[in-house]
Amino acid sequence: MIYEQSRSGRQATAQTNFEMPALPDIPQELLREQPAGLPEVSEMQAVRHYTRLSQKNFSIDTHFYPLGSCTMKYNPRACNSLASLPGFLSRHPLAPDTHSQGFMACMHELQEILKHVTGMHAVSLSPAAGAQGEFAGVAMIRAYHDARGDDARTEILVPDAAHGTNPASAVMCGYKAREIPTGQDGDIDLEALKEVLGPQTAGIMLTNPSTVGVFERRIKEIAGLVHDAGGLLYYDGANLNAILGKVRPGDMGFDVIHMNLHKTFSTPHGGGGPGAGPVGVSQRLEPYLPVPMVDFDGSDYVWLTEKERSDTIGRLSAFAGNAGVLLRAYVYARLLGREGMHRVAEFSSLNANYLLKRLMEAGFDAAYPERRASHEFILTLKKQAKELGVNTMDFAKRMLDYGVHAPTTYFPLLVPECLLVEPTETEAKEDLDDFVEIMKTIKQEAETQPELVKQAPHTMPVRRLDDVRAARELDLAWKGQE
Amino acid sequence: MPFIPHTEEDIQEMLTAIGVDSIDALFDEIPDELRCGELDEIPAGMPEMEVSRLMQGRARQDGQPLCFLGAGAYDHHIPAAVWQLTTRGEFYTAYTPYQAEASQGTLQLLYEYQSMMTALTGMDVSNASLYDGASALAEAVLMAVRGNRKSKSGRILVPRTLHPLYRRVTHSIVRNQGIELVEIDYDSESGQVDLSSLEQHAGEDFAALVIPQPNFFGVLENTDRLTDWAHANGMLAIAVVNPLAMSILKPAGEWGESGADICCGEGQPMGAPLASGGPYFGFLCCREKLVRQMPGRIIGKTVDLDGKPGYALTLQAREQHIRRSKATSNICTNQGLMVTAATIHMAIMGGEGLQRVAAACHANTKKLAQTLCDLPQVESPFTGPVFHEQVLRLPLAAKDALRALAAHNVLGGFDLSDDYPELENAILVCATELRSDEEIEQYRSKLERVIAAQVQTPCQLKPDW
Repeated sequence: MIYEQSRSGRQATAQTNFEMPALPDIPQELLREQPAGLPEVSEMQAVRHYTRLSQKNFSIDTHFYPLGSCTMKYNPRACNSLASLPGFLSRHPLAPDTHSQGFMACMHELQEILKHVTGMHAVSLSPAAGAQGEFAGVAMIRAYHDARGDDARTEILVPDAAHGTNPASAVMCGYKAREIPTGQDGDIDLEALKEVLGPQTAGIMLTNPSTVGVFERRIKEIAGLVHDAGGLLYYDGANLNAILGKVRPGDMGFDVIHMNLHKTFSTPHGGGGPGAGPVGVSQRLEPYLPVPMVDFDGSDYVWLTEKERSDTIGRLSAFAGNAGVLLRAYVYARLLGREGMHRVAEFSSLNANYLLKRLMEAGFDAAYPERRASHEFILTLKKQAKELGVNTMDFAKRMLDYGVHAPTTYFPLLVPECLLVEPTETEAKEDLDDFVEIMKTIKQEAETQPELVKQAPHTMPVRRLDDVRAARELDLAWKGQE
Repeated sequence: MPFIPHTEEDIQEMLTAIGVDSIDALFDEIPDELRCGELDEIPAGMPEMEVSRLMQGRARQDGQPLCFLGAGAYDHHIPAAVWQLTTRGEFYTAYTPYQAEASQGTLQLLYEYQSMMTALTGMDVSNASLYDGASALAEAVLMAVRGNRKSKSGRILVPRTLHPLYRRVTHSIVRNQGIELVEIDYDSESGQVDLSSLEQHAGEDFAALVIPQPNFFGVLENTDRLTDWAHANGMLAIAVVNPLAMSILKPAGEWGESGADICCGEGQPMGAPLASGGPYFGFLCCREKLVRQMPGRIIGKTVDLDGKPGYALTLQAREQHIRRSKATSNICTNQGLMVTAATIHMAIMGGEGLQRVAAACHANTKKLAQTLCDLPQVESPFTGPVFHEQVLRLPLAAKDALRALAAHNVLGGFDLSDDYPELENAILVCATELRSDEEIEQYRSKLERVIAAQVQTPCQLKPDW
């Protein structure tokens, strides 16, 4: 703990060598009595402490990180350094257009690139993350129905395998979320869908390829059914990496989409954000896009705000969303170009299908063995759990000992004992081969010395943590030396 | 192939292992009619060197004007160590700490962040961040509506002294749940919440009162009185604060008899560069009794199998990945990297270092306001005490003045005339600790020229016979 190194009176004098100015004009009763209880450490102590903390993390830069549905691919360093040029870092969000043309040009071109690669009619960059993009998308669906006086639509349909954000976003927009089942083959159960569609259907939220790692083959039919019922289709862009430059959500019949730029466009995940979740729409939803947006009037770039776009669902953050993340995505898009975007889908699919095949040969069960993998796939360790008493969590924890971040575990919820594995296109064949060897080794360990796996990890800074205690005896902030 | 390591040999071996003869065959489950073409509208790829040239040109194009603009984003010094550490790959390229044992770095840092934020705001608990200050207020409002069991109305009192963009964002986010924001006017003399407007709502059913400190005008509100009034009327008190201001002002947790219930705000002054408005981070703190209503990630300290201390995501039953449609919010990814920067920033600065910065900003803004008020017909319309931002009224249209100043490469402040037309030619100015006396003098002399050019009548230019 940084607080344990704190000593009263130690100060950051390299940062603030000036005297503390008096505050005679602020009434005493509005001032605090004591400085806030922050750590009092030297700059070097802070640097050493946080450097050491960083070393307790797995990351893409240090480890294979096949976390399904998160697209943990290499984050090119150029994206960071070019988005961090002094001119970009010092631009005030409310700077006038005369001092913003360079930045706005990047934003406008990014809007255009995203529009074309997704086949949508228009794009707004402002949502700060995927979930905020979902909120914006569903809010636009609602604005569309409301504008038509169609207020009987109260339900958003979501597959049972959907990300938890989908139903949560629907509820934040005042809708009820209704689940539809996934069929045996991994596609949506069409009969079940037909049964629940009706005048109460506002829309459906789908991920394609879906969260079970396969392409929804009857997507056109689904789009037809939903549209016939008067509902709209929402595309969750979590798995866009699988189809970038191959198939476009707009061509599949989606009315509104969000993209996770921290996945598909390789901006950093930052230990849990910041992300960026731009939204794209078909023509009929265009008036409702969130503001601000950037337009080009023939000579200059200009902001479109509430003033110019009176039907907008509004503003979702004070300024223009996670601008610095958008700049990184823009740099990535320019580095890749159109041919690079095709390759994203090609090589992420190649890696996933190769890894799946090798793991199946090694005796692991695929959840959907008859299906082609997309950029990710699901293994089910049902057999191992039943026969050896070693479950998916144990496998995941043991992987950490072998220097691999575990894939996503126990998601989607409908596949028992599952691992969702997404190797991404930036991993080399030999890294995938190593992963197969690690999985084989753990399987062998599970057969011969299951306790070793069940007690894992053994080499991390801590062993398995007591989550129940964390929730029961809440300790959420440092309260001083015990 | 940029960022793709496969050799021709790798590709062939992999295709053979899969049992297909081309990469294209991997897409055979996708109906042909859906496949898109070459995407000619998207530009061709460029090597890093060329993209670098392009971006340097773009960044230069925006100049680096002298910044006296605040209005929710402030130009502060950030210690060099902050971003050098934050962009270490182990922080920069990790994700949400789902595998706690392999993420103790991020988890411990977030726990330290929560500790620092509670120390700064005087609240019991903090979450691990939201998107930005404005959306954090929207979440605070949703939290208050859930958490105030006595109130059934879904109505919130929001002063006009709150940042206009925060009011708009909150409205966009909460309106679909039937929540209504009711505005309260300000006192035209002091620039503070108008207590008589507030009193009109005494005894009515509202879930919460929003209390900004400082308010959008830079004016300090009487937070003790407002908090007590909210509580006396069955409302929760939601504080919206500048975290730097919290280093010198009475923390929200100590306002009035029992303190604010929820405290949120924009974290940008803690280590985030201006950067066109983001990424920043929203912070959200509250009383312990409201912790289960909180949205977003929360980190708890616990022990491992050997009894050794460790850190983990906790109270996850509030969150969308467990609770789905019953979650407290849809938020998943938050602003982790910005919180990493903020934590390191706060650790290096310390409580007293932040106080010095806050006081220096305040002194600079006072100096700026006094210097500008020496110009003819420039005046400060409000009498209330301020922190580090101030409203000035000019003898010409704010738009014209700011445009003319921008032409001199000075960002002179925020134009208040759209949101507060009754203030007439008013602007909001700010001089942080970064602004030197010379720069303040530059602003004065430029504004003097702008005023002279605009208000001089032609006859004054006539020669004196």
